Amino acid sequence: MLWPLFFLVTTIHAELCHPDAENAFKVRLSIRTALGDKAYVWDTDEEYLFRAMVAFSMRKVPNRETTEISHVLLCNVTQRVSFWFVVTDPSKNHTLPAAEVQSAIRMNRNRINSAFFLDDNTLEFLKIPATLAPPTDASVPVWIIVFGVIFCIVVVAITLLVLSGIRQRRRNNKGPLGVEDAEDKCENIITIENGIPCDPLDTKGGHINDGFLTEDERLTPL
Amino acid sequence: MDPVEELELFLKMWAAAHWRGPKSLPWSFLVPYVIMLVVEGMPLLYLELAVGQRMRQGSIGAWRTISPYLSGVGIASLVVSFLVSVYYNVINTWSLWYLFHSFQDPLPWSVCPLNGNHTGYDEECEKASSTQYFWYRKTLNISPSIQENGGVQWEPALCLILAWLIVYLCILRGTESTGKVVYFTASMPYFVLIIYLIRGLTLHGASNGLVYMFTPKVEQLANPKAWINAATQIFFSLGLGCGGLIAFASYNEPSNNCQKHAIIVSIINSTTAIFSSIVTFSIYGFKATFNYENCLKKVILLLTNSFELEDGFLTASNLEEVKDYLASTYPSKYSEVFPHIRNCSLESELDTAVQGTGLAFIVYTEAIKNMDVSQLWSVLYFFMLLTLGMGSMVGTGTAILTPLTDSKVISSYLPKEAISGLVCLISCAIGMVFTMEAGNYWFDIFNDYAATLSLLLIVLVETIAVCYVYGLKRFGSDLQAMTGRTLNWYWKAMWAFVSPVLIISLFVFYLSDYILTGTLQYQAWDATQGHVVTKDYPTYALAVIGILVASSTMCIPLVALGTFVTRHFRSRAKFPLA
Repeated sequence: MLWPLFFLVTTIHAELCHPDAENAFKVRLSIRTALGDKAYVWDTDEEYLFRAMVAFSMRKVPNRETTEISHVLLCNVTQRVSFWFVVTDPSKNHTLPAAEVQSAIRMNRNRINSAFFLDDNTLEFLKIPATLAPPTDASVPVWIIVFGVIFCIVVVAITLLVLSGIRQRRRNNKGPLGVEDAEDKCENIITIENGIPCDPLDTKGGHINDGFLTEDERLTPL
Repeated sequence: MDPVEELELFLKMWAAAHWRGPKSLPWSFLVPYVIMLVVEGMPLLYLELAVGQRMRQGSIGAWRTISPYLSGVGIASLVVSFLVSVYYNVINTWSLWYLFHSFQDPLPWSVCPLNGNHTGYDEECEKASSTQYFWYRKTLNISPSIQENGGVQWEPALCLILAWLIVYLCILRGTESTGKVVYFTASMPYFVLIIYLIRGLTLHGASNGLVYMFTPKVEQLANPKAWINAATQIFFSLGLGCGGLIAFASYNEPSNNCQKHAIIVSIINSTTAIFSSIVTFSIYGFKATFNYENCLKKVILLLTNSFELEDGFLTASNLEEVKDYLASTYPSKYSEVFPHIRNCSLESELDTAVQGTGLAFIVYTEAIKNMDVSQLWSVLYFFMLLTLGMGSMVGTGTAILTPLTDSKVISSYLPKEAISGLVCLISCAIGMVFTMEAGNYWFDIFNDYAATLSLLLIVLVETIAVCYVYGLKRFGSDLQAMTGRTLNWYWKAMWAFVSPVLIISLFVFYLSDYILTGTLQYQAWDATQGHVVTKDYPTYALAVIGILVASSTMCIPLVALGTFVTRHFRSRAKFPLA
């Protein structure tokens, strides 16, 4: 009695789920690549979990809240660990449209991945593109901040150097000016030769030129 | 001269050199490099230093003293230095750009940006690699050809302005400030290179690169291109013909032993080249091994998926036998898959040895993104590039400013801060051309043509002037009177015969190469294919190339002609009798 039923179920199963069937998706897992030594073996229990995850995803779709694990059919499991799956409707006569399944899987991709310790690359749903996480964009790009800091430092340094150069030049210009003022004041009193007041060379009641050594000092004392 | 002053002058001479970044000289290139250095670099370096020390004037004054008809040589050096400084600072701009972008996690050139609807990566980035995408699209925003100019990009323009501000800061005060700056810019790169050496040698796959570097490839030695390249590199990396060396040497005391300096600088130059090549090749080895292993992984994945093999069954070691097995067992399916299987070869990865800006920015960044703590290595590396570049800019800037500040006409009107500021401003304004979308193509034009031919001609005229116009014997006795050492026969032979012959043969080679190929070509980036394509230069670009070369080389004959004409008229005015 059970045998015909069993055959019926398997033939329906084979009709609905086979490679390149309508609304069927191929899944590929690379467990050893992802986990290395900690890789688990893919057995029927893992398949059960997969079907449960797909059913869970379909339940999140409006109008499909009654999807059961038995509605998810797997077939053609290979050594690669790849297989095909379809989701049938409650009557188990036809499969749910691919677009619904696709959107359901996309929305819950993270949950499905983490259930198997895999990621988007190692658990592939062919023909279902993964939604990649957008990069976190800071409000102000980092490079502008660094640029601004260095720019300010350089501008400040340049201003300091230029200002100190101007100040130094002004000081140099004032220096000779100071001597000229003194020269003007002393004009009537001291005669100037080469900018040196002639005072030390002034004659003291006579025409002795103090620029020369006196007789006494010519010979250095012992 | 006390040792500190001597070291400072020595470092300034070092600054006159133009280091573009780490070198990559495989053994087959190293041999011509060292030979050219000894035969060409060292004698010409000694010549320039001796001329500067003897004449005790900058390049314009020195050549005028040798012969009034030759003051054009100094002016040509000035023009070349100006052109070089205009385009060279663009390299610093890129170093700054990459340096600022190194403070992010992950590094922006290690991941591709997503496409519009977030389902995959940007198409151009997929076809090329993420580092190439960052370079061509994000940094340069390059247009498909030189004709399409695009506008000035504000981001590189900002970095260019900052780069010129930094240069202005360093050369603001003239030689007194450059002395302090070159201490830093000359020593810093060595520190970073040593750190990179230690890191590089410990990288996975570094030994592959080192083995590649040290295996002699004798057939490459027979290729004249290797020798030509070596000769040109020596010219540029020693800073010959730019006037900077003469300017620095003119500050030396007459009794200074410039022969010793020349030899020391050349030896340091070659050891640094070898040292940085070792670092570069360990990094190369790492990058090549990484890419090779990636390539293998892709092939393994392709085969595993196509033939539904067990995950993890195919490894690099059994790849070949499994491929044969599959080819024999499933021939039809295998022939379908076969075109997609790439031939992974470590040799071909290593053979893509690039020089110049390509090496510095694409290859190194690709290697850095795969290292641990990549931000640190990136910051270190680009900081090193920046100090190298700034050091060269300081040397070039001094070469330009010394004649300007020495001339009484200009320095009476403007203080030296204003002169430096004006020069930086003009160069920055011209440099904005390189920040346009087609800017990199113009940069390549300047890079290839602004300095090479002109420097060759300038140095040739210098050598002939000293040996034949001034007289080799007279120069030799001058040197002996100055330094107390007789001129070695080696230098005499080099200056009189070998170097001029070498330079003339380089000239002949370049000209014949141009004539044979008919037109000049450039590498343009094709965004749709994700790699470079070769295109011809349009006529106006060829005209610019002609102007670049002519502007410096024509100085020499024009000034000679002008001097001749003025003298002729002056003598006629003095002696009106015909």
